[in-house]
Amino acid sequence: MMRTYLPILAIVGLIAAIPFAVTSNTALNFVVFVLIIALGAQGWNLLGGVGGQFSFGHAAFFGTGAYVSAILQVRYGLNAWIAMAAGILLGAAVAWGIGFLSFRAGLRGSYFALVTLAFAEVLRILANAVPITGGAAGLLLKLDIGVLNLQFASRAAFLWLALGCVAAGLVLCRWIMDSRFGAQLVAVRENEDAARALGVDVLAVKLKAITVSGALTAAAGCLYLQYFLYLDANIAYGVWISIEVLLAAMVGGRGLVLGPLVGAFTLHGLGDLTKQFAGGIPGIDLAAYGTVLILVVAFAPGGVLGLLTRLWTRRAAAQPAGGRA
Amino acid sequence: MLDVQDITMRFGGLVAVSGASLSVPKGAIVGLIGPNGAGKTTLFTIIAGFQAPSAGRVAFGGQDITGKPAHIRARLGIARTFQIVQPFAGLNVRENIAVGAYLRHARRADAHARAEEVARRVGLGVDLDKPAASLTVAGRKRLELARALATEPLLLLLDEVLAGLNPSEIRDIIPVIQAIRDDGVTILMIEHVMQAVMNLCSHVHVLARGRMIAQGAPRDVCADPAVIEAYLGKGAAGRIEAGEASDA
Repeated sequence: MMRTYLPILAIVGLIAAIPFAVTSNTALNFVVFVLIIALGAQGWNLLGGVGGQFSFGHAAFFGTGAYVSAILQVRYGLNAWIAMAAGILLGAAVAWGIGFLSFRAGLRGSYFALVTLAFAEVLRILANAVPITGGAAGLLLKLDIGVLNLQFASRAAFLWLALGCVAAGLVLCRWIMDSRFGAQLVAVRENEDAARALGVDVLAVKLKAITVSGALTAAAGCLYLQYFLYLDANIAYGVWISIEVLLAAMVGGRGLVLGPLVGAFTLHGLGDLTKQFAGGIPGIDLAAYGTVLILVVAFAPGGVLGLLTRLWTRRAAAQPAGGRA
Repeated sequence: MLDVQDITMRFGGLVAVSGASLSVPKGAIVGLIGPNGAGKTTLFTIIAGFQAPSAGRVAFGGQDITGKPAHIRARLGIARTFQIVQPFAGLNVRENIAVGAYLRHARRADAHARAEEVARRVGLGVDLDKPAASLTVAGRKRLELARALATEPLLLLLDEVLAGLNPSEIRDIIPVIQAIRDDGVTILMIEHVMQAVMNLCSHVHVLARGRMIAQGAPRDVCADPAVIEAYLGKGAAGRIEAGEASDA
C-alpha cells in the first residue's frame, strides 16, 4: 500500500529542496504561485478529473476561501490560522450548496459547467458591490510578519507552507482514489446508470466529491491571500482562476493524482519561458497557454502524465509499467 | 420473493405496460418473454427502480419498494444487468466488478478479492487486467453478469444476457446461470433464446403489447394459442393446428 505514495514523496521532496538550490526571489515567487494553482487544481481534478463533473466555476470556492479568511482577519481581527480554517470550511459549504442545487436538478456535462460559471459570476458581482468585502477597492491584509499571522519574511518558508498543503492534498487524493468512495466516484464518471444499478448513491457521491473539491480549492484561495495580502472581486471570483485550475488539471493529466501539480508546473514553466524569450510582446505567455492546451487536447488527452506513461509503456513493452501516478 | 402487482406505465399517450402482474418465488428461475416492443425491459426498469410506474406496486420480500430509488433496491438485494451492456469503459475488468463488490465490502482488499472470485465464477478469471472496452460481446455480457453478482444479490434481473451470443457461447453460459441459482440466488430473466428459456426456467410469463397474456410451464406456454398469435399474428394458431391436422 505504501508503495502508491512513493511518487508523491519523491516529487514533494524534490520541490522542498528548491530553496536550497535557488535563492532568486523571482524563481521562488514562481514556485509559490505555481503551488497555489496546483492546490486549487487538485480540487478541480477530484471533481472534474476523477468524478467527470466539469466545473467552470471553481473561482466560487477559491474566492470564498480567500474572502472569508480576509474578512475574518481584517474586520474581526481573528487569528490567521483560524481564519484560514474557517475559509476552507465555508468554501466546502458553498461547494456543497452549489452541488446540491445543480446535481439534484440532474445537471450534467456542459449544463453543469455553465451553472457553476454562473454561480461564480454572481458571487463576483456581489463581492464587488457589498461593503463587507471592501467593494471594488478590495481588502488589504495588514503586513505583520509572524508565524501566528501566517506571514513569513522568507519566501522559502512560505514555499514550504504551500508545499505542505499541496502534499496533504496529494495524500488525501491518493487515499480517496484507493477507497470505496474513489471507486464509486470513477464509476459515476464512467456510467451513472450502471453505477446506480450497483447500489451507488450517485447524488451522495457527487456531493461528497464537490465538497472535498471545494475545500481544497478554498485552501488555495486562503494561501493566495496570505502570500499577496490583497484581494478584490476580480482576483477572488474572477474567471481566470476557474480556467487556471481547469487547465492545470487537463494539461497534467486529469483523473491522475499528480496531474494538477505536473500540469501547473508545465503550463507556467512554458508561459514564463515564452515571456523570457519574447517578453516584448504583451500576452505572449497566454498565447503559449493556448498552444499547449490545443496540443494536449489534440494529441495527449491523458495530459502530460498520460503521454509519458504511454511512451514509457511503449518503450518497456516487455515489462509491465507502473502506470499509476 | 418478488411481487409485481398491476403495473401500468404510460409515456405520454403511449401505454407501454398495462396492468401487468407477476411473482417470482424464492429460489426459482422465472422467464419473461414476449415479442419485441412488448414492454419487457420497461417492466424491468420499474422493478429495478430506474423508473417509477404510473400505477401499481412492487413488493420485494414482503416489503413495498415502489417508491424506493435504484441504489436502495440494490442494497436490499436486487441486481440488474442491462440489455445494452454498460461497462465502465475506462476501467479494467477487476475494477468494473469491484464497484459492485464495494456495495457489501468497504475495504479495497476485500472488494478486490470478492471481484476476482466472481470473475472466476463467470469465466472472466483470465481477463481481470484487461480494459473492459477490449472485451468481446460475450465477454461484456459476462462482465454485466459479474458486476451484478458482485453485489451479492438475492434477486438477479437478467435482461437478455444471451442476446448476440453464438450457439457455443450460449451453451457455455447456461450452466453458469444454473450455478448461480444453485447458490441460492433467485432469477428473473428476459430472454429471446427459447433454447435457454426451455432449459432454465421453471415458470414463464408472456408479455405482449404491455399485457400479460399467459403464464405457466415453458412447454405449456409455447403451445398456448394466445402466445402463438402474439408472435405470429391473428389466426396463426388456428392455421398451425389446421396444418398439423391435415399432415396427420
